Amino acid sequence: MDEALLRSLTPSVLTILVRRGADFAAAEDAVQDALIEALRVWPADPPRDAKGWLVTAAWRKFLDQARADSARRRREDLVDEEPAPGPMPDVDDTLQLYFLCAHPSLTPSSAVALTLRAVGGLTTRQIADAYLVPEATMAQRISRAKRTVSGVRFDQPGDVATVLRVLYLVFNEGYSGDVDLSAEAIRLTRQLAGTIDHPEVAGLLALMLLHHARRAGRTAPDGSLVPLAEQDRSRWDTAAIAEGIGILQAALARDRLGEFQAQAAIAALHADAFTAEETDWVQIVEWYDELLRLTDNPVVRLNRAVAVGEADGPRAGLAALAALDDSLPRHTAVAAYLHERDGDPETAARLYSEAARKAPHLAERDYLTRQAARLNADRRR
Amino acid sequence: MAKYLLLKHYRGAPAAVNDVPMDQWTPEEISAHIQYMNDFAARLEKTGEFVDGQALAPEGSWVRYDGEGRPPVTDGPFAETKDLIAGWMIIDVDNHERAVELAGELSAAPGAGGKPIHEWLEVRPFLTAPPTIPECSVHG
Repeated sequence: MDEALLRSLTPSVLTILVRRGADFAAAEDAVQDALIEALRVWPADPPRDAKGWLVTAAWRKFLDQARADSARRRREDLVDEEPAPGPMPDVDDTLQLYFLCAHPSLTPSSAVALTLRAVGGLTTRQIADAYLVPEATMAQRISRAKRTVSGVRFDQPGDVATVLRVLYLVFNEGYSGDVDLSAEAIRLTRQLAGTIDHPEVAGLLALMLLHHARRAGRTAPDGSLVPLAEQDRSRWDTAAIAEGIGILQAALARDRLGEFQAQAAIAALHADAFTAEETDWVQIVEWYDELLRLTDNPVVRLNRAVAVGEADGPRAGLAALAALDDSLPRHTAVAAYLHERDGDPETAARLYSEAARKAPHLAERDYLTRQAARLNADRRR
Repeated sequence: MAKYLLLKHYRGAPAAVNDVPMDQWTPEEISAHIQYMNDFAARLEKTGEFVDGQALAPEGSWVRYDGEGRPPVTDGPFAETKDLIAGWMIIDVDNHERAVELAGELSAAPGAGGKPIHEWLEVRPFLTAPPTIPECSVHG
């Protein structure tokens, strides 16, 4: 059974139910039930018209639930007859669904969970597995999110930027359970790019493709991090890189630069270099300057200092770093790296150890500890 | 989107404000305390922030490898152990501020006299997998 097809139909089935008059929360539950039934039934008995099957199943589940609710409330006027299943509307409401699921009244974690279920067609269990929380917790998170947006009108225009932030968060979660959230984020961003013509949507899609393309090179077989300069570039996915660069160039040509396009441009310059030595650091610094104009963000400044260190030498990098607050996450790691390049392994080793203690990610901590250990071992020789 | 361990200590934490040992409370005060902890966990389940919660027996033993083909050596419990974990709760929240807010509420559990214990809880972030888009280009 084609689970990807099933999932890609979710948003349009859901919006059809909403257009027929179901409220969003009830329709979403009904679609989820229909998806679970499809996962059970389709392998043995695949439908000829997958979307029609889902709409019928979801609508029936919606009516069953509405009848049960109205019976419970001793009211019979809510929904009593099945409307004639008229022609499927051609209007694509998928974009509205993205807006609703990324509504600014939702916390980031609720927006992510709701997007993955209502737009992505993942089951609650799959989302719970991906985020390593109990299924009951995730179910509560989703129903709370639905309550939060229950008063929002479905046809209310939204801000693409909030949707992009949610998709960015999903992408960054990577791959921890059964579901590859990076691949899922790419699918959802690609689908979004099909419903709205916006250079930043394209920029984010390009950014995701370019980072996803390098994934195989980022980790060694033992799970440890491989820094960019040491990655085996033959393991990068050249087709994904080419696609990312193509999408980015088309977006940049429209001359409406945004944060994601600038980040993608930096990723493209890395992906485009056959060897680490061939990296065009001067252009990368220029893109960081561009990015700083768009978003003055300390993380960008820190990465700019690294790029300056590569373009103009470690002293220039250290000078750029000195202008930044040393309590910034990873400030110490960058300082360690630049001090080693500047020929001061003793300071570098001390800073690598310090950075390892502060690292928020396991693989990063292990990487920094190994760097400190390597320098300390060299000095004992 | 970030997991935190809220750690409760039998010993080793700075003294609580309402620092009366549990065996000096009335049975009703103990019930009220347990009820508060259960309600707190139930509330976090409803907000979609609960991951796990467990209590630990105060006494355990120390175990270490003793070489190929030999049973592990056990020792203890040591009465002088300074730091003793009583239990934990794991939460999955949007940010560190929320983790601190929840730990503050948990620390308000009632103790002797029905008054909040104000005990010190330790809040420790989980080390996670690095994000797909590296935050720092040194280890991209």
